[in-house]
Amino acid sequence: MTLRTLKQRLLITAFAAAAATNLLAEVTVIQNGTIITITKGTFKGSVVIKDGKVVEVGEKVMVPPGATIIDAGGQFVMPGIIDCHSHIAGEGNINEGSVSVSSMVDIKDIINPEDIAIYRALAGGVTSANILHGSANSIGGRTVVIKTRWGVERAKDLLFEGATPGIKFALGENPKRAGNVQQQGGGAPARPARYPATRMGVEDVIREAFNDAKAYQADWKEYNAKVAKGERVAPPRKDLKLEALVEVLENKRFVHAHCYRADEILMLIRVADDYGFKIRTFQHVLEGYKVAKEIQQHGAGASTFSDWWAYKLEAWDAIPFNAAIMQKKGVLVSLNSDDAELMRRLNTEAAKVVKYGGVSENEALAMVTYNPAKQLGVENRVGSIEPGKDADIVIYDKHPLSNYAKVQKVLIDGKVYFERDKDMSGRSLKDAEKKKLLDKEKADQERQRNEQKKNAPTRRPANAE
Amino acid sequence: MKTVLALVLCFMTCVSGLLAETPSVIAIRNAKVVPVSGPVLQKANVVLKNGLIEAVGENAAIPADAWIIEGEGLTVYPGLVDGLSTLGLPGFAPANPAAAAARRTGGGAAPPAATPIPTAPPVRGPEDRPQTSSWLKAADLIDASDRRIEAARAAGYTSAITFPTRGIFAGQGAVIVLAGNERAGSMVVAPSVGQYISTQPTGGFGGGFPNALFGVIAYIRQIYLDADQYQKAKAIYASDPRGMMRPPYDRALEGVIESPRILMPGRHFIEIDRNIGLAKEFKQSVVLYGGHEAYRTANLLKDGNTPILISLKWPTRAADADPDENQTMKEITIRDKAPTTPGVLAKAGVKFAFYSDGVEGRANIFRAVKKAIDNGLSFDAALKAMTMTPAEIFGVSDRMGSIEKGKIANIIVTKGDLFQDRTEVKFIFVDGIKYEPAPEEAPAGRGPGAPPSAIDNNEGNQ
Repeated sequence: MTLRTLKQRLLITAFAAAAATNLLAEVTVIQNGTIITITKGTFKGSVVIKDGKVVEVGEKVMVPPGATIIDAGGQFVMPGIIDCHSHIAGEGNINEGSVSVSSMVDIKDIINPEDIAIYRALAGGVTSANILHGSANSIGGRTVVIKTRWGVERAKDLLFEGATPGIKFALGENPKRAGNVQQQGGGAPARPARYPATRMGVEDVIREAFNDAKAYQADWKEYNAKVAKGERVAPPRKDLKLEALVEVLENKRFVHAHCYRADEILMLIRVADDYGFKIRTFQHVLEGYKVAKEIQQHGAGASTFSDWWAYKLEAWDAIPFNAAIMQKKGVLVSLNSDDAELMRRLNTEAAKVVKYGGVSENEALAMVTYNPAKQLGVENRVGSIEPGKDADIVIYDKHPLSNYAKVQKVLIDGKVYFERDKDMSGRSLKDAEKKKLLDKEKADQERQRNEQKKNAPTRRPANAE
Repeated sequence: MKTVLALVLCFMTCVSGLLAETPSVIAIRNAKVVPVSGPVLQKANVVLKNGLIEAVGENAAIPADAWIIEGEGLTVYPGLVDGLSTLGLPGFAPANPAAAAARRTGGGAAPPAATPIPTAPPVRGPEDRPQTSSWLKAADLIDASDRRIEAARAAGYTSAITFPTRGIFAGQGAVIVLAGNERAGSMVVAPSVGQYISTQPTGGFGGGFPNALFGVIAYIRQIYLDADQYQKAKAIYASDPRGMMRPPYDRALEGVIESPRILMPGRHFIEIDRNIGLAKEFKQSVVLYGGHEAYRTANLLKDGNTPILISLKWPTRAADADPDENQTMKEITIRDKAPTTPGVLAKAGVKFAFYSDGVEGRANIFRAVKKAIDNGLSFDAALKAMTMTPAEIFGVSDRMGSIEKGKIANIIVTKGDLFQDRTEVKFIFVDGIKYEPAPEEAPAGRGPGAPPSAIDNNEGNQ
């Protein structure tokens, strides 16, 4: 070995070692900010992040050598917002509305990390979201929790790993198909409306589905027992629709139930009690204030709107004090968007709850951070700034409950996914890049036309059609 | 219409004339031969006998009874293979009724029932097997009078992989040779080479299950669960039928089970990633089709050893698009980068083949391939993707795809290099039978108001 190659080798080893230590201990410190931890108070201080996790939060922290410093002087540092009801990041229709029970379909199958709504939500401080099936079915599709890791290529990298999957239920007007005759093309006779057509029918669909699920569960138990005894039996059919409901019965899948009116909320509680499953969250739950006690007794959470009402008849009795009243009655309350646009400013939704109902600032912010984390069963990972939790953090220039607050930076797993400065300064570059591609395309077309003209056989144009 | 019919009749008589003339032994002498399976032979003979390649080589002996073609100045290539098509299945051609009628005049035979999908009663769930005709076999439906066969042959195609394309489980494809005017059965090289799966939801809201992409995926997943249970139940029953209820026969599952591989769409990154994953979950070997964003997925394809069929219909901006429309970076980038896909995949060692995807006519097809060559694909790799690789992907490379002794005598003879604008295809041999390409006329059914390609609308390969 010559001296030179030895030197090269040493250099390479040194580089590799440096890279390895960097990977092993990637430390970021957010300094000098107002830290709103949600669970452990608000103070001026710093957050130390190591390997994607918060390791230290306090007024004075040790800054390890080589740490990346984010100066949050004069700024507000808060846990990333969690939206308990969103429909972004899905490819295609998010309603399998053809059937009354669509629990065989799974949002996980159509997660699209390229949906621009993810970036917009991220830029509004959202770091996690519950992605739900639509509300066209009494029992809808399976749901997943994602992190808004904009820029990852593969759908699987968007999923909140380890989060319990859910299922969408829907009560009231949306799953009904009264008088909605299904027209068919080609002169074929119209089909009758899909069942159910009434609120009574909605309850019936859910009960029937769980009857089926229980029978299915029993079939498999019986089969497994027979096989254990060494009997020769053909296996029952695996039914994706009923599998999901068995998971609900076995408490392995959370029920997120779209609802508005008090009567339908009570109905679902009765059904759940009859069949022995739990409703994890009531979604929208606009008349929740009327039946808060019953919701609390069932142990369900409530994920509601701040002050949206009267946009349809069943939303007539909604009041902006809903969240505050339910909270006072001991219900775990969160505020959701149900909308890609509203999703970008859930912090101001929280502010409305301070105005209507006098909820404390910290409790209001908890309704878009810690509370939805608990509702989704991920509060040990996200929802507050505490040592040991994922470093999903949003930095605002003003207090997050202010209308004027703008998100400056968003970190997920300790990695910066959004930076306002970078976004702004990068825009002209992106425009230039786009123009370059369009110009290139135009030039290519021009060149091709000329070439084809030149090469065309003289007797007739080559591409005359 | 009358004129069309007259032209067709005239054309058919011409072909019959040719057929009668073709002797059983043909030798192409002193031509440049590009066998694809080996190095280029600058001056060699190719002998075709009884529909097979009898000999190829610099000193290959020419039998005394051979009909000789002087190959001086000509190049011999293996016949091109269309990696995915509906050729020979006029019922699966574009939905445009006028065009379909024009095509049918070729043979007069009614096309096979193309739409086995009932419109009523409404589908209540996966158990009603919506949009499924997995048992349909292209091999059983071949209509030799499909006029598109002649057009494809004129472009240098001598064989094609052809699939029924309607529905979620559309049916089983076949490898066929593009011979004309003979019994359809003799055109089939391999009768069942895979199941065509489309994930395009066709039902609107209220049109029956499934009406959304994730419904389609759930349905496909349920089918493979059912197929698994079906096989287990059948095996248990077969071992001793006495004392046991017989499992009900299910043609949808039979069709799925007998398919050696599945074709799934792989048009863009997310879809490629998703469908590789689904095929793995279902324990199926998969061939993807589309491929225009596959330049981003070389690693994914390589890791799973997944072959992909790349559409020659490169994305372009619609001619009537609003000039003031704000185009997304995404669509502009795909238009720019799509033709680099073959080059990128070749470098990464991913198996890929081209399919015509409705691009018709020699000039258009050659230009489309040339575009990939101009964007980083070598000529050799391009030729391979039109000959040997599709044969490999569909398991017939032992009998076609290259010029080798014993393989099917599917070859083309050109003046000039393939994929060049001015190159003429002089002779086409299918099963050793000589065809002279019709002059490059607008193929049947084309013209003003030409229908969209079979593989471009919802009813085709998406």
